[in-house]
Amino acid sequence: MRTISMLEAINEALHQEMERDETVFVFGEDVARQGGDFGATRGLWKRFGDKRVKDTPLSEAAIAGIANGAAMAGLRPVAEIMFGDFMTECYDQIVNHAAKARYMYAGQFKMPLVIRTAVGAGMRAGPQHSQSIESWFVNVPGLFIVAPSTPYDAKGLLISSIRDDNPVLFLEHKMLYNFKGEVPEEPYTIPIGKGEIKRPGKDVSVIAYMKTVHQALEAAAILDNEGISAEVVDLRTIIPYDRQIILDSVSKTKRAVVVHEAPKTGGFGAEISSFIHEQMFYDLEAPVVRVAALDCPVPFNPRLEDYVVPSTADIVKAVKSLF
Amino acid sequence: MLLSRDQLLNMYRKMVEARRFEEKVVELFYAAKIPGFLHSAIGQEAIAAGIGAALEPQDRITIHHRGHGHCIAKGLDMKKMMAELFAKKTGYCGGKGGSMHLADFDSGMLGANGIVGGSIPHAVGVALADKMRGTGAVTVCCFGDGASNQGAFHEALNLASIWKVPVVFFCENNLYGMTVPQSYHQAIRNISDRAVGYGMPGVTIDGNDVLEVYVTVRRALDRARKGDGPTLIEAKTYRHRGHWEGDPDATEELYRPREEIEMWKARDPVVTFERELKERGYISEEEVKAIDEEARRKIEEAIAFAEDSPEPDISEALTDIYTD
Repeated sequence: MRTISMLEAINEALHQEMERDETVFVFGEDVARQGGDFGATRGLWKRFGDKRVKDTPLSEAAIAGIANGAAMAGLRPVAEIMFGDFMTECYDQIVNHAAKARYMYAGQFKMPLVIRTAVGAGMRAGPQHSQSIESWFVNVPGLFIVAPSTPYDAKGLLISSIRDDNPVLFLEHKMLYNFKGEVPEEPYTIPIGKGEIKRPGKDVSVIAYMKTVHQALEAAAILDNEGISAEVVDLRTIIPYDRQIILDSVSKTKRAVVVHEAPKTGGFGAEISSFIHEQMFYDLEAPVVRVAALDCPVPFNPRLEDYVVPSTADIVKAVKSLF
Repeated sequence: MLLSRDQLLNMYRKMVEARRFEEKVVELFYAAKIPGFLHSAIGQEAIAAGIGAALEPQDRITIHHRGHGHCIAKGLDMKKMMAELFAKKTGYCGGKGGSMHLADFDSGMLGANGIVGGSIPHAVGVALADKMRGTGAVTVCCFGDGASNQGAFHEALNLASIWKVPVVFFCENNLYGMTVPQSYHQAIRNISDRAVGYGMPGVTIDGNDVLEVYVTVRRALDRARKGDGPTLIEAKTYRHRGHWEGDPDATEELYRPREEIEMWKARDPVVTFERELKERGYISEEEVKAIDEEARRKIEEAIAFAEDSPEPDISEALTDIYTD
């Protein structure tokens, strides 16, 4: 099978969905002429024109709000917010409207919208262009939060997100945009809410999403040499998260490490850890451990940036602490 | 713009219904029949009725937290409105939305909103969808003077103007953003001045004159329907009661001079329009009485319907969070 980057996989998914369904349209800052700040929407404007691919002013509240209105009226808007950090600019439209509209108006309409955004550290982009934002949204029922780690997952999950009738936040880790993998040319879907075992193992479950999946895989290879068999669970979707895959994996391994790039306090790892403890406390050989960023903004200085986000070595160390 | 006697009487009827409905729900609120918050629109009926009369059936409207009259003018069923206010299962939102979230999508009433200014970008999104599909529908987006200071207002108006979206922005300037007088929350007197900054026409009108509202909205709708883009209409008006039921200004003069309230009550839009209709011979005292009695009867029916309706089942707390 051919190999393409995650950025190309996302771009292909957008092309194919716009081709398939004329109610799908793409808009956001610099998405038309430039094809997106990272290039995810490249080529769409030439192919589909002004009507369906729109550059917007720097107005995130209007972007998200218009996505809400267009979705209410039956279109399938795919909005891009250039950096996840800018989600604060449209937080109200997502939290108070996208997430609640169907509920508070008693299901009178669907909310089939997708908001794509680039998240995560590693680009030396400084405190306002680097953070992980999932925890701002996990406590907001009504939203789906999708967080792929591979080009294959990105394409299948983006197509599912566009076809889904619920509001989806589609998180794209900037450091994965150039990560390459095998991706079929034809359109396909991956169910929202289904995780995947990226590497089977029997001694410990390392539960991760987005970039940390790859660090978990590196850690698993290192641990393998030391006689520890780590199973890497890629959640792929943060909300709703795949409870069954966690239960199945941890009931086998009896040990779990949760990894994410967001700060530790109040991070999504706390939810996963609590879930495991509530469900299978007496089956565990050791308490669940979290590996996460330090509780600070993401610094600009490369050495400091690398220091505050979790490393492969941190995962190896955390796993070893369980034995 | 010629109006038939029927059209005039319909506008008047909607104004009377809105007034009686609002008077009654205030009473029911203090009788603890209606839970939560209640924002009375007594004094602002000319706006609701004028807009409602100007809209074509396919047109849509978004409203704010003071919009019972708009719902009535858009043709919503007072029974289902009342049931929603009573938090009953038979209400428009199954009792899960309340006064601040009344909506009837099928009637083109896209929703009241509890976030000030929150629905302004929705209106643009809905209208954009109508433009893309060529439905010919226009959306009227209603909000208050307070909302005109929200970022979403500026962002949405700018975008609607660039894209020539079929939307009409209707600012109901009742002179107070909650308790803060307009001169303390913005340095301009006419909010329509802001239209210049977005490259769209802006006009300030008397919001207590139902015919002026009707004519202005009609023109703006025509302009939007032709593809010429949005208009910002500012209608000066006044709410006779507090920002919400429980506003301490009702019992103690805190932020509104009593003479000011009296001055605006003397310009009561329902009374003014009734007088005008009588003076011009469009309506008799008997007809006024009949319209009033009919409104009261419909509202009593709505109350009985709401009273007799069941509460939502407890399981409904967990429905419609997602689309299955």
